[in-house]
Amino acid sequence: MHIFEGFLPGPWWQIWFAISIPVIMYGMYKLNNIVKEHRELVPLLALAGAFIFVLSSLKMPSVTGSSSHPTGTGMAAILFGPAITAVLGTIVLLYQALFLAHGGLTTLGANVFSMAIAGPVVAYVIYKAGMKANINFYVVVFLAATLANWVTYVVTSFELALAFPAEVGGVMASFKAFALVFATTQVPLAIMEGALTALIFKYVVQVKSDALVELKVIKDSTLRKLKGTMS
Amino acid sequence: MKGELIFGVIAVLFVASFFYGMAAHPDSEFGGADGQAEDVIADLTGGTYEPWAEDTWFSNLKFEPPGGETESLLFALQAAIGAIVIGYFFGYYRGKGQAS
Repeated sequence: MHIFEGFLPGPWWQIWFAISIPVIMYGMYKLNNIVKEHRELVPLLALAGAFIFVLSSLKMPSVTGSSSHPTGTGMAAILFGPAITAVLGTIVLLYQALFLAHGGLTTLGANVFSMAIAGPVVAYVIYKAGMKANINFYVVVFLAATLANWVTYVVTSFELALAFPAEVGGVMASFKAFALVFATTQVPLAIMEGALTALIFKYVVQVKSDALVELKVIKDSTLRKLKGTMS
Repeated sequence: MKGELIFGVIAVLFVASFFYGMAAHPDSEFGGADGQAEDVIADLTGGTYEPWAEDTWFSNLKFEPPGGETESLLFALQAAIGAIVIGYFFGYYRGKGQAS
């Protein structure tokens, strides 16, 4: 999903910055609140950030003959919501742009939007909907994280398609061309990421379930049920 | 145990799909999909698109790894830092839970 430096012409790179910056600002405001008023949640915040750090550093091979990244954003989105995830994701993308020549500063707005905003929003919505529908907690986490990863790459295809419409067929035709590269490569990685996120959540439930209740991630009753079935 | 088991099965399937991919694409080096997007852009624009941010003031802010070795070092460092934090988190709270 990293769009390389200079690969988005104007006005597109400015547009994606204009969309991403307000979300990051709001996320920083919310992050500040947590650090100030809920100090006991800071370790969980570090965990979510570290999870993005680890996963987005891995380049995993896919069945299509190319490699791509997990994003790790599903977990943070479920725990803290999309705005705070946007801040955490931006830190990772900035690190990669500055030190790894991976992604870029001009394309940072677009990359933040796809990985740290669009994906997390999808994860958050799916999580909330799934929990409301009373589906098993870990299944919902799996679905949310899997789709967060996958949508990140669909959105990247869309960003590139908007900037490079095909002569024949326009944006839709380019979208298909980019999605063929990104969205298909991503399917096995997305499933893998979903499974890992669900497993990590199992351990969070084991060791720090009170924080999940405090963050209103799961209800007390659901938690008791989860702990009851765990052995 | 059930969670670990399901994760294990999915991980094995993932590795199996990778081996299938290796067999299906014997010439592939499994390069990054990010780079393949570059080829699609070249296709769509007839090879006319030049990335534009090469010689700007902010491009000097960045560190370009001189080669694959340094790049893999920095990627490994990124993963290691994250893994330390994750391990610390679970270790700390597991120990705390046992102590109380």
